[in-house]
Amino acid sequence: MNRKTIGFILVALALLALPLVLTQVGTAWVRIANLAILFVFLSLGLNIVVGMAGLLDLGYIAFYAVGAYVWALLASPHFGLHLPFWVILPVGALCACVAGAVLGAPTLRLRGDYLAIVTLGFGEIVRIFMNNLSAPFNITNGPKGITRIDGFSVGGLDFRATDTFLGIDFTGPAKYYYVLLLLLLGVIIVNLRLQKSRIGRAWVAIREDEVAAKAAGINTRNVKLLAFAMGASFGGIAGGMFAAMQGFVSPESFILHESIMVLAMVVLGGMGNVWGVIAGALLLSFVPEFLRYTVEPVQKALFGHLLVEPEVLRMLIFGAALVLTMRFRPAGLWPEARHQKEMGEMKEADA
Amino acid sequence: MDILLQQIINGLTTGSVYAIVALGYTMVYGVIQLINFAHGEVVMIGAMVAFSVIMAVVGMGLPLPPVVIVLGGVLAAIPVCMAIGYLLERVAYRPLRHAPRLAPLITAIGMSIVLQHLALLIWGRDPRAFPQIMENTSHAIGGAAISSVQIAIILLSVAMMAGLTWFVYRTKFGIAIRATAEDVRVAALMGVDANRVIAVTFVIAAALGAVAGVMVGTYYGIAHYTMGFILGLKAFSAAVLGGIGNLAGAMLGGILLGLVEALGAGYIGEFTDLCQWPVARDLLAERCMADGHVVLFGSNYQDVFAFLVLILVLVFRPSGLLGERVSERA
Repeated sequence: MNRKTIGFILVALALLALPLVLTQVGTAWVRIANLAILFVFLSLGLNIVVGMAGLLDLGYIAFYAVGAYVWALLASPHFGLHLPFWVILPVGALCACVAGAVLGAPTLRLRGDYLAIVTLGFGEIVRIFMNNLSAPFNITNGPKGITRIDGFSVGGLDFRATDTFLGIDFTGPAKYYYVLLLLLLGVIIVNLRLQKSRIGRAWVAIREDEVAAKAAGINTRNVKLLAFAMGASFGGIAGGMFAAMQGFVSPESFILHESIMVLAMVVLGGMGNVWGVIAGALLLSFVPEFLRYTVEPVQKALFGHLLVEPEVLRMLIFGAALVLTMRFRPAGLWPEARHQKEMGEMKEADA
Repeated sequence: MDILLQQIINGLTTGSVYAIVALGYTMVYGVIQLINFAHGEVVMIGAMVAFSVIMAVVGMGLPLPPVVIVLGGVLAAIPVCMAIGYLLERVAYRPLRHAPRLAPLITAIGMSIVLQHLALLIWGRDPRAFPQIMENTSHAIGGAAISSVQIAIILLSVAMMAGLTWFVYRTKFGIAIRATAEDVRVAALMGVDANRVIAVTFVIAAALGAVAGVMVGTYYGIAHYTMGFILGLKAFSAAVLGGIGNLAGAMLGGILLGLVEALGAGYIGEFTDLCQWPVARDLLAERCMADGHVVLFGSNYQDVFAFLVLILVLVFRPSGLLGERVSERA
């Protein structure tokens, strides 16, 4: 076995053992890890759109919301439906995909700025509908959200209860961790395969120079639409898992800030580079936790009360991360080789 | 009361505010072909600064006429917003002028998030009620009412549009702005300092935004750190409707969008009342009997209209009403 294989096995073992270790510290940490995986998943979905194809999507969380509400409506007492996950997740992905295509079709033949602003608006529109579609027919239950959503379950295995295998207790969150890890593995493989594929190369070509890409025979509109719809469907799947894990969805969870957070993860890590994006997402998803355990106590000790809420500080950090990354390391902390070269050339041309 | 006329008056009022904000988007777009994502936040900060100044002056209890106090607020907001506009250009746009298009868009959205949360830190999370110092008298015209604040907003907007048009078309600097918008390189060869023109354009846009912020704050009587986002989105839609990069287009687009929104919100409930459609009425007989109306979409969908307009324009006439062709030019 070469060193690469050994390293790979070690990482895999560490990832498998992680929830068991975290459970000892506290189940809350397993939940945090789960949310972090979900954000990595989302970032990889957005990476297809922003990173590979260079389409700025500022309302990505809307697709996540679509997926979450599809799960919530198809598996909760709200409509009395309790469909299994293998029906809901594809339906959620499909709905998000259709939403993405409908939104992308009119805007993708225009310049990139329009897409950015249209997606920004779309995120807001989805929220307005989620908030208001409770009358005259109660579809989304309005701002109150939908509660008592079914969890994930395979056969008779309920992912909420604690089970014991081989003398080890697996709590609900720990089991979700493994499902999410499996899904994440899937999206990583898709991302890696896409990167090298014909379509992936077409996306990069469009990102770097759309006119040249068109001249090279790429049907830019269709290829862009594909990136957009594919990214949206990943958002839909992540949303479904979010609903299953939380057992509750409301419009509050799908605000603009979440879209910005995912965008910051992709940009900071390095647009287009799968490993960079994963690193960026992990780094930024622990920021809120980090702030909660440092900023809050420090401020309380210094001033006796909270001057700056961690939540506000978090958004300031994300905003600043976007600005600073673009200014000083436009290809991200862990850039994709090709992208780094492009951006480097830009700098030279500038000088 | 004449509801139609009333909605038109309300639409003209919000429309003039949209037009002023849209001018900010369109001017910046004209010179650098990029959207200033943080423009909405500039408007919000304008409202907030004016609010603070007005509150402080009112708190001092000086025997000043209300108009002077509000004017003081506006005059305080303008320089602050101009400074922010300049900062935006220097931090988010200038260093990335030759970078891929995606880069300045990302820095701008980052700046807008930072500005929004700085405002949250300074002014807090709760919406601020704008002090009601001006006596808001209503005047009856043709079965509808128009308040003095509405009259002031409309007149001020018209004055600002006229002033801006004069500046852009009649002054030397205005010619420089138009030349830069036409072709940066050629303008530079003619001795136009492009950096200066672009910076000044941002600053003027921000000044307009400051006034718009005060207008919207006084009109709704409320200011909030998130108000810039949706207002910016609508004003951008207005700019696109009129034809982005085109000054007259932004004005027309703003007014039209205000009217569409007011009339839409006013009448959508009537149009989507299911009880007036035969098939639906039979299906919902019980509810129609009980309530009289089963309204599918009410005025709570008001914010959707701007977005609908934006999408429709992009589908059917991406260049806008008065704009030239915008295509995916490199």
